[in-house]
Amino acid sequence: MRLQYVLKDIGIGLRRNLTMTVALVVVTTVSLSLLGVGLLMREQVALTKGYWYDRVEISVFLCNEFDTGANCAGGKASKEQKAAIRQTLGGSPEVQRVFFETQEQAYQRFKLRFNADLADNITPNQLQESYRIKLKNPEKYEGVVSAVSGLAGVFEVSDQRSTLGPIFDIINRLQWATWAASVALLTAALLLTGILIRVAAFNRRRETSIMRLVGAASFYIQLPFILEAVVASVIGAALACGLLAAFQVLVVQGQLERLRFTQWVGWQQVLSIYPWLFAAGVALAVVAAFVTLRRYLRV
Amino acid sequence: MIRFDNVSKLYPGQARGALEDITLDVEKGEFVFLVGASGSGKSTFLRLVLKEERPTAGRIFVAGKELARLSQWKVPALRRQIGTVFQDFRLLANKTVFENVAFAMEVIGRSRGQIHRDVPAVLELVGLDGKEDRMPDQLSGGEQQRVAIARAFVNRPAIVIADEPTGNLDPTTSVGIMKLLDRINRTGTTVVMATHDSTIVDQMRKRVVELEDGQLVRDQSRGVYGYSR
Repeated sequence: MRLQYVLKDIGIGLRRNLTMTVALVVVTTVSLSLLGVGLLMREQVALTKGYWYDRVEISVFLCNEFDTGANCAGGKASKEQKAAIRQTLGGSPEVQRVFFETQEQAYQRFKLRFNADLADNITPNQLQESYRIKLKNPEKYEGVVSAVSGLAGVFEVSDQRSTLGPIFDIINRLQWATWAASVALLTAALLLTGILIRVAAFNRRRETSIMRLVGAASFYIQLPFILEAVVASVIGAALACGLLAAFQVLVVQGQLERLRFTQWVGWQQVLSIYPWLFAAGVALAVVAAFVTLRRYLRV
Repeated sequence: MIRFDNVSKLYPGQARGALEDITLDVEKGEFVFLVGASGSGKSTFLRLVLKEERPTAGRIFVAGKELARLSQWKVPALRRQIGTVFQDFRLLANKTVFENVAFAMEVIGRSRGQIHRDVPAVLELVGLDGKEDRMPDQLSGGEQQRVAIARAFVNRPAIVIADEPTGNLDPTTSVGIMKLLDRINRTGTTVVMATHDSTIVDQMRKRVVELEDGQLVRDQSRGVYGYSR
């Protein structure tokens, strides 16, 4: 009986304020879609970091006999120098593993990466020996870099992470921009929900005043209004999920996946965001409803 | 059933209180007329009983409970013990007679079985049997007020409050409504009725409480409307 009454009331309310309901659904859809894209970008950042950090290492190139430079005064790095460098790296808590690459190994790699003609023109002893370091946490590279940079026998320390920095920067900024836009729109959705409920409460002031007088519990009086807002938000969230799926198909799978420099977000990430969109939509409706009803539906 | 202990009500921004130091006791099963000119404080009195307003000073007891100590979430329980009737009927235009009365039971969670048992009975009591399916606009003013009374009474409240229930009705119809309220009163229900209608008050010979500018100026059992000034 009660449920039937409440459901009937929601239907009537939503139809009576159709324009407002449509406006609310549209704004909720757009704001939640942007929120979804923001969350998806966060996933993308995580994926990109994971993808690259697996491959990132710090390379400590050692002086060969031709090198000149502050730390290469003694020519080719000596055994003692190498031992000192090795010891420094071994003592660092941030280092996970250290490989040593000989001049011969460097030459083989060179041959693999560039063409054989070019490789024919150089000899292994023109290349540098190096320590390749895998870090426990790829974000914490400064300590290791500064620890070994000044050591005798070290020609150069190169850290691949510095080249990835700008890419992460761009994604991070895009992510923040999306979130800012979605917050602005969510605020609009919040206010619209408030107005929707105000109008609904005003339209039904006769019913609610009678409910009050015969002693209906205040929650029971408010429930239809809250549910009305929740229904509109859930529709908005469902549409936002649809838009996000379209984004995944058209933009990510259609365009971005041709770019192979990273791993792109997949359906797993998209689906993991859906519950958050629904949660955000419902939370939005409930917050707006409670605040508005406190002011406009005195019990 | 209703007790006012030195109750005053001052609305913000007004120099004179809407009610000033009212002390009054209404027993269970009594019928009380509340008379006085417009603005004398009758409506404020009724709103205080319903806890729609809080008194500025004094204590109010309704059905054995002190209203100031009643937490906000218990107010609905208080209002279930009070039926309310207004001058403008306040029926829902899109619901039938039956649905209007049933509404008062639905919203406090009564079962369908109870509704189908109690609504026809109360409609018979108010003399509307056979008109269950009419819409309010198909009824005369008197009939609409009977629906409103049926709605106020269907949950068997201990108190019925009527604010000018005959204010929009012609004298003959008014008499019918008064008889109905009298019948409800005889079931042991306390009735408090605010009115301007001197003829009715004079005819009924019930207790009369008169307010003037927020002050209690007369409390007379078996009284008439006007003073013999």
